[in-house]
Amino acid sequence: MTFMQRTIRTWFLTELLKGMFLTFRYMFKPTVTINYPYEKGYLSPRFRAEHALRRYEGGEERCISCKLCEAICPAQAITIDGMPRDDGSRRTLRYDIDMTKCIYCGYCEEACPVDAIVEGPNFEFATETREELMYDKMKLLDNGARWETELASRLKQDAKYR
Amino acid sequence: MVDMVLALWNEFWPIVWPLVWIVIKILVIIVPLLIAVAYLTYAERKVISAMQRRKGPNVVGPLGLLQPFADGVKLFLKETIIPSGANRAVFLLAPMLTFFLALAAWAVVPFGEGLVLADINVGVLYLFAISGMGVYGILMAGWSSNSKYAFLGSLRSAAQMVSYEVSMGFVIISVLVVVGSLNLSDIVMAQKNMWFVIPLFPMAVIFFISTLAETNRHPFDLPEAEAELVTGYNVEYSAMTFALFFLGEYANMILMCGMTTILFLGGWLPPLDIAPFNLIPGPVWFALKISMLLFVFIWLRAAFPRYRYDQLMRLGWKVFLPISLGAVVVVSGVLVAFDMLPKAGV
Repeated sequence: MTFMQRTIRTWFLTELLKGMFLTFRYMFKPTVTINYPYEKGYLSPRFRAEHALRRYEGGEERCISCKLCEAICPAQAITIDGMPRDDGSRRTLRYDIDMTKCIYCGYCEEACPVDAIVEGPNFEFATETREELMYDKMKLLDNGARWETELASRLKQDAKYR
Repeated sequence: MVDMVLALWNEFWPIVWPLVWIVIKILVIIVPLLIAVAYLTYAERKVISAMQRRKGPNVVGPLGLLQPFADGVKLFLKETIIPSGANRAVFLLAPMLTFFLALAAWAVVPFGEGLVLADINVGVLYLFAISGMGVYGILMAGWSSNSKYAFLGSLRSAAQMVSYEVSMGFVIISVLVVVGSLNLSDIVMAQKNMWFVIPLFPMAVIFFISTLAETNRHPFDLPEAEAELVTGYNVEYSAMTFALFFLGEYANMILMCGMTTILFLGGWLPPLDIAPFNLIPGPVWFALKISMLLFVFIWLRAAFPRYRYDQLMRLGWKVFLPISLGAVVVVSGVLVAFDMLPKAGV
């Protein structure tokens, strides 16, 4: 019996036909891909992409130059120089992130005691030159200003899990 | 002066006119063919993406309909790179030969009753010879590139095409025995009452599968097994030389589907010779049947993995060859036994 079945299967190409009709059925199913630059997929609040340095609502920088992020960064992408300002508070003079080194692990964000350095939802920051990916303090603060609403709401959504 | 021009015109026009007329006829065949090739690539990408639940090309023009032309323009504008180790003359000749052969075969294909460029009485042999010569283009390309991948790809391709041509030949013989003519129009007219796909069904299947191997299509696309051979015989080609291979390959696909249509699916004949069907002109039926077969070509590509090389050779020599050889004996035996052989001279 099994011999007969096998022979019939071989000669009438039943398995091939079965496979073909499977793919044929799939032809009428909706696509699972999206029309990317025009449609975008869902991003979790924990999504880690481009960095930003945030400010307090009053406009004061959050970063206190504690260098915890620099210390924890496994890729050693962060470089910080800091000194006390005239009013006695400590602030950074230099805050550089080499985005070509960064592995987007999010440790800097977790190490930060004042929620200053965060990783935002923007992953479309490709550049034409390598130099443009060496972010400095100005660039990071600028990112913070641009994405603040988004960043704040994402931090709030994720706060209860932290 | 005017008289002289007129006299010259009257003298030369009867000589020139047939040439002009044949060029017009050739263009009427080749231009739609090339457009069909362009849209075959588009159809392939769309159908496969639908089967894999992707979107496929949809950016250039409405629904991506201008994509083939964008690709064409891109290939035109790019630089043709000739490897320094390549044999220049042969390297450049190979794509031209492939493309030329892919187009030359269409000379004998009947698109409708009497709608054929060259109604020669050995049409099948001509088609078979031209498609057999396709191996040369590929061998030349593989050898002249002076690259191991191209060379291996072309060897595989040549071996595969030669093996499957044998069983294709036998299948064609069994059709010829039934028809009693090598003329393609006669073969189609012999199917007026019943398409050969019904009495000769196993042979139609073998022929179709052999055409897959003959055109190096999935699941027999070993020559361009991209995982092992990059893309096979055309690795070193770029820009227009590559485009000529590409066009030739796809024109060959259409040609092979056309051949299957002529031999087994009744060419330009409608499925039933009754009112709604026989009002549609023949070329439309011919195009429809070819499109259907091309869809199956693409469908197979989406459905099946690639054969292993020894399996491919086994299938060709140990399965198809004996079956098709046996089929020739059985078909001619039945025809002799029931005295149904086509009469000589008809």
